Amino acid sequence: MIQTIKNFIIAWGSIFKGSAKYYLWLAFLAFLMAIGVHAYIGQAEHGLIMTAMRDQVSWGFYISNFTFLVGVAAAAVLLVIPAYVHHDKSIKEIVLFGELMAITAIVMCIMFIMTDLGQPLRVWHILPPPIGLMHWPSSLLAWDVLVLNGYLFLNIIIAFYILYKLSRGEHYNMKSFVGFLIYLSIPAAISIHTVTAFLYNAAFSRPFWSASILAPRFIASALCSGPALMLLVFQVVRKVTDVKIEDKAIFKVATLITYAMAVNLFFLGAEVFQSFYSGTAETASIHYLFFGYNGQTNLVPYIWTAVISNITAFLLILNPKTRENFVTLNVACVLMIVGIYLEKGMGLVIPGFTPDALGEIYQYTPTATELLVSLGVWAMGAMIYTFLLKFAIPVYTGKLRFASSGKEAIHEVKAVRPHVEEVPEEQL
Amino acid sequence: MKDKDEKKIEKRELKINRRALLKGALAGAATTMLPLNRADASFSDFWESFFQKHFREMSDAEKKKVVERLEREYEQKYKKAIKIGIEPAMPGVLFGYGLDLSRCIGCRTCVYACVKENNQSRDPQVQWIQVLRFKHGELMHWEKADKYYDPKLVPEPGYFYMPVACQQCENPPCVRACPTQATWKEPDGIVVVDYNWCIGCRYCMAACPYGARHFNWAEPGIKSEDINPNTHYLGNRPRYKGVVEKCTFCVQRTRKGRYTACVEACPVGARKFGNLLDPKSEIRYAMEHKRTFRLKDELNTHPKFFYFFDFEAGERFTG
Ligand code: SF4
Ligand code: SF4
Repeated sequence: MIQTIKNFIIAWGSIFKGSAKYYLWLAFLAFLMAIGVHAYIGQAEHGLIMTAMRDQVSWGFYISNFTFLVGVAAAAVLLVIPAYVHHDKSIKEIVLFGELMAITAIVMCIMFIMTDLGQPLRVWHILPPPIGLMHWPSSLLAWDVLVLNGYLFLNIIIAFYILYKLSRGEHYNMKSFVGFLIYLSIPAAISIHTVTAFLYNAAFSRPFWSASILAPRFIASALCSGPALMLLVFQVVRKVTDVKIEDKAIFKVATLITYAMAVNLFFLGAEVFQSFYSGTAETASIHYLFFGYNGQTNLVPYIWTAVISNITAFLLILNPKTRENFVTLNVACVLMIVGIYLEKGMGLVIPGFTPDALGEIYQYTPTATELLVSLGVWAMGAMIYTFLLKFAIPVYTGKLRFASSGKEAIHEVKAVRPHVEEVPEEQL
Repeated sequence: MKDKDEKKIEKRELKINRRALLKGALAGAATTMLPLNRADASFSDFWESFFQKHFREMSDAEKKKVVERLEREYEQKYKKAIKIGIEPAMPGVLFGYGLDLSRCIGCRTCVYACVKENNQSRDPQVQWIQVLRFKHGELMHWEKADKYYDPKLVPEPGYFYMPVACQQCENPPCVRACPTQATWKEPDGIVVVDYNWCIGCRYCMAACPYGARHFNWAEPGIKSEDINPNTHYLGNRPRYKGVVEKCTFCVQRTRKGRYTACVEACPVGARKFGNLLDPKSEIRYAMEHKRTFRLKDELNTHPKFFYFFDFEAGERFTG
């Protein structure tokens, strides 16, 4: 057992071995990360004045990215529900990649929060006593910290347990403890996005955020962008590795996205009607977002790009002909990701602060520092996901096996072989 | 207290530590985030600053020690002795504020008196009081308010002015929002921030309905000669980059029975202040004899800041 775990850890060495192309990809990501770190050092030195955030708009691009990524993380459920609850075999096989995506997205969320803090070294103050003074249950931010970290650990345990089992050529049992955790991850995924929506709801003096449709809209849009991202990832994975993902599984996920997008557009319509028909002073923010307010229009291009992308994507994915054609399907996925990114990012955070509490309109546009730091975080996320896949794929395809019978192929990690042979099977 | 030898050892430790720290650029950036004057800080100060407890969790002895260290840090930084008080709330006191809208002429004298008294950053500018200008007939139509009118022209016919600062809510949404309890309501009703506990997440700013909370987007810029050295831990002591601050009803003054700086500065006597629990106080008089109202009362924040119109003075603007 201990030997197996040791091997498991040693096998992680494989993430540093690869083709020239692989190294080039890593170098590229490392370069982007270096740019991000450099920009962040500037921000740490001079303060958040390096960003475009000010007292009027006190959250900006970082929190926008955070909100979008919570959605991506939550969307792993869309894969989990049919895979485990309905025992849909074609999806069950690929759900692991969704879980690894959720882990990556949450790590990125945490990084975006850290880059947004004025005093990042004091972040431990948010932990529960006796270490910090977590303001639970009163503060929704405290709730968010709890559910996000809980969800992160849940996914780490599930994904790594599955990998561990696979690496021994075994299958996990849904009746075991991990099966329970898998079922638990479904409400947990819903909860992270709901709590994040409540975080905005809780700032109840900002009319743009205090709509009760906010949480349902969050979930609906997350169920579009997250799986859309997964569909693209699946296609890359089956192209560059020998993982087999059936077209059937991909189209099935695409069908699920169609439902989610229909609901999402319906919710948006409901909100737009209510706001524009009444036209009260409380709807100034949504007017600002869609048409500008008092001649201030800098969010207008964002939201219209988002709306047009989402509607186009919906039409493409609704029609079975274009849904089952990879070119149009991929166009739809990209449009959907762009659309939700704009709508659930800048389009959600900024109008909440515009006009501000005392009616002032401060036009927020992210600075170079914000863009570069965010680029760095995205690059780091891409690297984390690359590493996770680099390890998971050979295990998944059976190329990487250890501590089962000696003849099992270990192409990827030669270093492991001696250990493998040392372990007699009966000890396991 | 430590003897000299120990201090020397500590200094050496510090040097090694600093070199090690500064090696990595990232670590270097990390040290700039600590609220310290790095060049002169001893290692134990560095350590104690990092692990400083929440103000309300400290015993009196701990408070005293922290205050001594902070005074030392401020002195190094501002080359000036700064006194930090920790006077607690007086029993039987709940502070309240009144503002006579018919008197206010929008001159912003209070804004600058507040900046001076409370050591607000001059560059970048932080101002706890914001004065809004409304057209007659558009009271509290926020989107039509103007903060950037020219104070040299006041009072302008057809307009009136409404200064807004922290409303010291009895049911403060900012306190509810803060994930670290870095901001709270004191027994005398003043909502305060522990500038050494705030992590700078700015959730309180999103929660405050009055735009009353201000963030130190950069290192506060105040010249040493401009610093008011009479401070309170929970009030006007110098702040750090990356933390939130707000009006504290001049806690450093009012807990000693003085008026706030803005009350004293107002040239037309538009500002009233006192103990809401004392039936003979000025603020109670205003509440009982004037037509008072509170901002965004429908949010149930229960501000302890009352606006009112004084009938006779109001006549000035009816022409
Ligand atoms: S006015 Fe704002 S900062 Fe002041 S107590 Fe109320 S919510 Fe808090
Ligand atoms: S910025 Fe500071 S005071 Fe405000 S919520 Fe965050 S930790 Fe609390």
